[in-house]
Amino acid sequence: MKVENEMKIAFKSLSSNEGFARTAVCAFAAMLDPNMEEISDIRTAVSEAVTNCIVHGYRNTCGTVEITARILKDNELYIKIKDKGCGIPDIRQAMEPLFTTAPCEERAGLGFAVMESFMDSLRVTSSPGKGTSVIMRKKIGNIDE
Amino acid sequence: MSVKISIEKNRIIAYLSGEIDHHSALLLRQEIDLAVRENNPSELILDFSEVSFMDSSGIGLVMGRYRVMNESGGTVTIHNPSPNIKKVMKLSGIEKLASINNV
Repeated sequence: MKVENEMKIAFKSLSSNEGFARTAVCAFAAMLDPNMEEISDIRTAVSEAVTNCIVHGYRNTCGTVEITARILKDNELYIKIKDKGCGIPDIRQAMEPLFTTAPCEERAGLGFAVMESFMDSLRVTSSPGKGTSVIMRKKIGNIDE
Repeated sequence: MSVKISIEKNRIIAYLSGEIDHHSALLLRQEIDLAVRENNPSELILDFSEVSFMDSSGIGLVMGRYRVMNESGGTVTIHNPSPNIKKVMKLSGIEKLASINNV
């Protein structure tokens, strides 16, 4: 993986940081000259991943959310969003649309479905008790098409 | 994020504005539900004209209001979502519960 550019941020798992996180990643991604739809897709996917860290990873606790964003060759954006929270015991079940462990908070259970649909690829790794990492990639522009 | 609520005869229109995410959704939910409880409308319109961003927390907000309105036989209608917001709505299938109109 040839990294042409990289940024890292880390912040407390407060819901007030959700807007900051998606805006920061989009500001970095702007270097790839994305169109309106692409930037909106990235903004939404990052918001979902960060919200998962805050609502689920660090449920009833507070920790640090780390984001690494990279620009790879061929105008590809790489985003890793990581928490050291409770982890996901069954990733396949967690990724099913409408599955949620927080229905009383009106979570729709669509976070992973949005990430999967709005980005080109999504990889989730998790260890119960240790945390969860989400890696998303998206090619910006149509230079290969 | 804010919401202005307009109360007409049998309907309530909630004019949402700003960004809807997990952080802002709770406040919106409380304000809309208060107006619904006090006025018992037959229709709740959620107007998205001024909403600049929404993630799936907004879908949770619409689903929750559908549940509240459905208990008393009322309906929820969505007005004027931007193309980006409509994309999240389409993915969720929320239009099965609340019709989406551009007015």
